[in-house]
Amino acid sequence: MQAILFYLLATLAVAGGLLMVGLRNPLSCAFSLILSLVSLAALFAMLHAEFVFILQVLVYAGAIMVLVIFTIMLLNLRKEELEEAPVGWMRGIFTAVACATAAFGAIRIFGDIPPGSAELAADFGSMEAVGRSMLTDFIYPFEVISLILLVAIVGVVLLAKKVI
Amino acid sequence: MATSWVDYAIIGGKAIFIWGFALTLLPVLIWFERKGAAFIQDRAGPNRAAVFGIRLAGFIHNIADVVKLLMKEMMIPPMVNRAYFMIAPVIGFTFILTAFAVIPWADRLVIGARDIPMQVADLNAGILYILAITSLNVYGIVLAGWSSNNKFALMGGLRSTAQMISYEIPLGLSLVGIFMVFQSAQLNEIVRGQGDLLFGFLPKWGVFVQPLGALLFIVAAFAETNRNPFDLPEGESEIVAGYHVEYSGMRFALFYMGEYVAIVLSSAMITTLFFGGWQVPYFPTEKLVANADTWLKVMLSVGGVGALAFAALMFKFSHHVRGRFGDLREQEGNILGLMHVVIGGAMLFFFWKTLSMGPMPEWGARTVAAVAQITSFAIKTIFWCWVFIWVRWSLPRFRYDQLMRLGWKQMIPLSFVNIFVTALVLLLVWR
Repeated sequence: MQAILFYLLATLAVAGGLLMVGLRNPLSCAFSLILSLVSLAALFAMLHAEFVFILQVLVYAGAIMVLVIFTIMLLNLRKEELEEAPVGWMRGIFTAVACATAAFGAIRIFGDIPPGSAELAADFGSMEAVGRSMLTDFIYPFEVISLILLVAIVGVVLLAKKVI
Repeated sequence: MATSWVDYAIIGGKAIFIWGFALTLLPVLIWFERKGAAFIQDRAGPNRAAVFGIRLAGFIHNIADVVKLLMKEMMIPPMVNRAYFMIAPVIGFTFILTAFAVIPWADRLVIGARDIPMQVADLNAGILYILAITSLNVYGIVLAGWSSNNKFALMGGLRSTAQMISYEIPLGLSLVGIFMVFQSAQLNEIVRGQGDLLFGFLPKWGVFVQPLGALLFIVAAFAETNRNPFDLPEGESEIVAGYHVEYSGMRFALFYMGEYVAIVLSSAMITTLFFGGWQVPYFPTEKLVANADTWLKVMLSVGGVGALAFAALMFKFSHHVRGRFGDLREQEGNILGLMHVVIGGAMLFFFWKTLSMGPMPEWGARTVAAVAQITSFAIKTIFWCWVFIWVRWSLPRFRYDQLMRLGWKQMIPLSFVNIFVTALVLLLVWR
């Protein structure tokens, strides 16, 4: 049961990613990405990391992708305005074969890592556990990230407004 | 713990219960909407559709609606993006229904060795799950707006995305205060925390410990359900009907039903977070179980007498309209009255039976407590559903810039103020 679910969700996640790159219509691309993100969230849920699952859906699928789609709809590109596919079929196939070879090699080299034997803490992936580690062990990266985001926001305002 | 078929049956039963609750409220809400609008605007409201002369005060109009929507041709305009056009209404409806999984409707029911949580899934981050699912819900509207290939529909979809993003922030931030006060995000824990008393006489409901948070949450919930005064995505006077302008028949009905289920969900959330959820005021679970005998008698006798009084009113109404229509409509009151005589009589009969009953077994007491809690939850939720309709027919629609200003410049700063004040009070006074 678990294995079937895992393979189903993993296939959906990978397929969503591939469709995102391959499809022409920008809105279809965005929805493929959402499919991929939601499948990933479901994989988190299967690992009993409820809070990570909820954050994945809430932040990525629910907030960031809504913004992306908002932009796509605001531009509302017509079919004629889309460029011809810059990558030909042959080149695409070669890339796919190369990627598959690389992935196969990676599995052969790194595939023998034994699964972790440590038992998970009871509150693994819960709200309290994530919050505690974010505000104690990882407080410095957390604050730096918020500073970077602030810089980005100020930069956007500066770029968007001609006269301040 | 080994899961037997009984556990699966219980989980399935719980899912059916909460979905049944939400979907049964749908026709009731549509009826509320019509009769409430009529009441507020001083009209009679719908009173023509009838089955064999029975109108049930306009309730039969729901059946007429369904028949009409099913019979209607489902138009698919030629230039739409077919796949997205078909799937959009389904997305909107499905996600909202999934969100009901974490709503608790009674305290844990302990029967024998079995401890049944009265919610489908007791998630650790309960309330955030609802936020996550409802944030996916916007895709239904967006897809409908975009795939219709219609500029008004596109405008509706655009407005909807902007509105959802703007009001999700105050919605989430207003919850932080609740998390801090009740020290949990688990919905059942939050409700249990609301069972205490404040200053010895006030129930410790979210609305009393977090008044500003409650106000912000309710306003943001109105915006998230696309209800008036925030129904800009469909604004008839500006963009025809917004995102569902190209839809007809049952697909249109799915959007409509989705809106009402969203109202039920929002009401359930408001009830759970700020109005005590399943708590019966002044009677926490243990006290309810201890006094289950009295509660059963009170519920049965009050219910029985109420049903009989309603029956008397209906008989009087029937007598009042005698000879006015000359058809079965005159008998309406009699039929309804007879039904309520049977219900009230049965309740009073059981009340009479309980008088000669010995002390109640443990499981019986717990079941009575659960029924009282479910009733409390249902009454509060239905009251908030009514508030949604009340507001719709009382307030005009916002202008778009006013909507954005309210969201970003007033509600978000206010929710930050709420968080800081709550933290300060908790740090200085309660610790």
